[in-house]
Amino acid sequence: MKRLSWLAAALLVAAPALAACGTESTKPSGDSGGDDARALTVASSDDACEVSATEAPAGTISFDVTNTGSQVTEFYLLAEDGLRIVAEVENIGPNITRALTASVPAGTYVTACKPGMTGDGIRAEFTVTESDEEVEVSADEQELVTQAQDNYAAYVQDQSDQLLVKTREFVELYKAGDQDDEARALYADARTHWERIETVAESFGDLDPKMDAREADLEPGQKWTGWHLIEKDLWPARAGKYKSLTAQERATYADDLLANTETLDGRIQELTFTVDQIANGSRGLLEEVATGKVTGEEEYWSRTDLWDFQANVDGAKVGFDGVKPLLEQKDPELATELESRFDELQELLDAQRTDEGFRYYDELSGDEIKALSDAVNALSEPLSRLTAAVLS
Amino acid sequence: MAAAGAAGAFAAGRATADPGAGPVASRAAAYDFRGPHQAGIVTPAQDRLHFAAFDVTTDSREELVTLLQAWTVAAERMTKGHGAGEIGPVEGSLDLPPDDTGEAIGLPASGLTITFGFGPGLFRDEQGRDRFGLAERQPEALQTLPHFPADNLDPARSYGDLCIQACADDPQVAVHAIRNLVRIGFGTVAVRWSQLGFGRTSSTSTSQDTPRNLFGFKDGTANVKAEEGDVLEQHVWVGEGDDARGGWLAGGSYLVTRRINMTIEVWDRQPLGDQEAFVGRTKGSGAPLSGGEEFSSPDFEMPGRSGPIIAADAHVRVVHPEQHGGAKMLRRGYNFVDGSDALGGLNAGLFFIAYVRDPRTGFIPIQNAMAKSDALMEYLKVTGSALFAVPPGVQPGEWVGQSLFA
Repeated sequence: MKRLSWLAAALLVAAPALAACGTESTKPSGDSGGDDARALTVASSDDACEVSATEAPAGTISFDVTNTGSQVTEFYLLAEDGLRIVAEVENIGPNITRALTASVPAGTYVTACKPGMTGDGIRAEFTVTESDEEVEVSADEQELVTQAQDNYAAYVQDQSDQLLVKTREFVELYKAGDQDDEARALYADARTHWERIETVAESFGDLDPKMDAREADLEPGQKWTGWHLIEKDLWPARAGKYKSLTAQERATYADDLLANTETLDGRIQELTFTVDQIANGSRGLLEEVATGKVTGEEEYWSRTDLWDFQANVDGAKVGFDGVKPLLEQKDPELATELESRFDELQELLDAQRTDEGFRYYDELSGDEIKALSDAVNALSEPLSRLTAAVLS
Repeated sequence: MAAAGAAGAFAAGRATADPGAGPVASRAAAYDFRGPHQAGIVTPAQDRLHFAAFDVTTDSREELVTLLQAWTVAAERMTKGHGAGEIGPVEGSLDLPPDDTGEAIGLPASGLTITFGFGPGLFRDEQGRDRFGLAERQPEALQTLPHFPADNLDPARSYGDLCIQACADDPQVAVHAIRNLVRIGFGTVAVRWSQLGFGRTSSTSTSQDTPRNLFGFKDGTANVKAEEGDVLEQHVWVGEGDDARGGWLAGGSYLVTRRINMTIEVWDRQPLGDQEAFVGRTKGSGAPLSGGEEFSSPDFEMPGRSGPIIAADAHVRVVHPEQHGGAKMLRRGYNFVDGSDALGGLNAGLFFIAYVRDPRTGFIPIQNAMAKSDALMEYLKVTGSALFAVPPGVQPGEWVGQSLFA
């Protein structure tokens, strides 16, 4: 059970249509080639928006925005129409400075500070003059974005559908009482669809604890339900003096899991995703691998951790593949690196495949686990730069 | 881990070195072992820690008392920069092992403080049986801490009948102290676990800069400070009438230790903006995201783009005294790195130490809130836990814990 905030938080935000070739950061970034004409400062007070210059040469322009007012402010660089957001930085608390860096071609723009985060903001015209520094604008970028968003939403919905179908089948087998072998055989397979979209699935804070909590995650007084409770009942070997659930208890927990899966599926059908959510989701899935799967903690009873591992990697790869066309325009080296790191990890996983799926976690040697962990680290480090690269 | 806290006194100004000389305490500083409160609580947090927890192996009350008396003598000597024994590391017979182990020869006191505590197991065994005729004096609040969500405790790094916290500005001096006290205790007590800490994560005096934890953030900005006399009385020192069975503990405190592992590698891959959102402060200055500078009060109401600018699950909000009826603790934790784990990840984190007047109000509710809703929990795993009652200071002619056995 994890609480990743990326989706939940993002859902609350009316994300500016991808927009931007802007990156916000917290440190002054006037180090872009030492070109002072492109390093601007902004003082945003409650009633003024003082930009240190009204023009700058085309290229990578940075704005160090200091909030000199008393309420939270925002700063926008808008297109000439005053509507389209070129770049923005939000949530600047009083007396705090945030830097905004954007790659801006020549043209006429509008700057806006928005103290209190409401209204049109305090606006001024801003001119970007022709310069030697080429700024490439990709005409088909928006198309790539739309495609990535649509594909990812379709993938998530499909996985959720499959999760529901297999969960239905699984709980029937489990409730039957005399088909535990079949239930055990389907357990990891069904969960694969959860794990592929885990960062989405667990973002519903009311459902995740009911569906995917591990025993050690429980709060005092919290009732344990969901996949892992059933897992323990199906694989009680490690539990010592474990008392098996009665047929009635089995039915209760099985029906509860199915009902929650139905609720989850209904909600997932409504979701849309921005490219940064897709990229963050890819990173998040690898974090799930690093903290739960490669350590053998997720499937403590069944030891089917490698199924989950593969499923997390599947989902991360789908997210990466979705934004790759964008990434190839913005940072082709990172795209190549990530591609080969995914391949290297996949090779190690493939080596653990068996007829029924994967070897069980307790069958892996220390060296094999270490090699998998090393490959996860090797992939995760560059993957942590994916979102910023795609948005740049 | 940064939240409320308290701390440190240069033992009521009785240090032999001038602690006001600057943020970095002089390595020659020595603190009085004796006083109304034990040293090592409000003492300005030293740079290094060696903490040891013990199981009592004897069933003789007399042997236990004898050990506490011997520990008192040795501890007082070492805090003055002397050897653990009367003879010395190289002054004795060639036919005997020296009564001091010798690695601190030539080293100054280095601000060494040695602080003793008593765990629940000193009073009753696991079956609830009185071990040393002390059961009637076990304070209500001195119980094994409850299980908190996401606790992943290693029993071999948790609990203990007795504890010794040795802090110094030189790691060799802190280790020397524990090593020699352990040696004196063989036959009466056995080490259950011990922990080294290498960088203080809290300042316990206004004279100290706020240090950083291994997440890279300033930690302990809002800690209780030695200079806050009233706050110490209210939140750190056990009062005369606090507990009908624990009158002996008046002037003492409760010591909570938590070994909190950080998933360092995963944390390091979080974007800076996310890291700051999880903590609720900027990484550079430590100012709350609601603005100002490090010591500005966080404004939890200030709106941001999506909800309050300090998020609902930001660490600074979840553990803030405002959320817990004003409860404060004096935190005195240390960073630790115990090498790397089997997967090559740093076995590292925060060895959390807090002193509170009553853990039932000063620690447990805050820990529950943190385990339940703090964004940082995603990157934390608690692997050790213990609670001890820290008896009051040792007055001239007394031995540590005497009031309990009186």
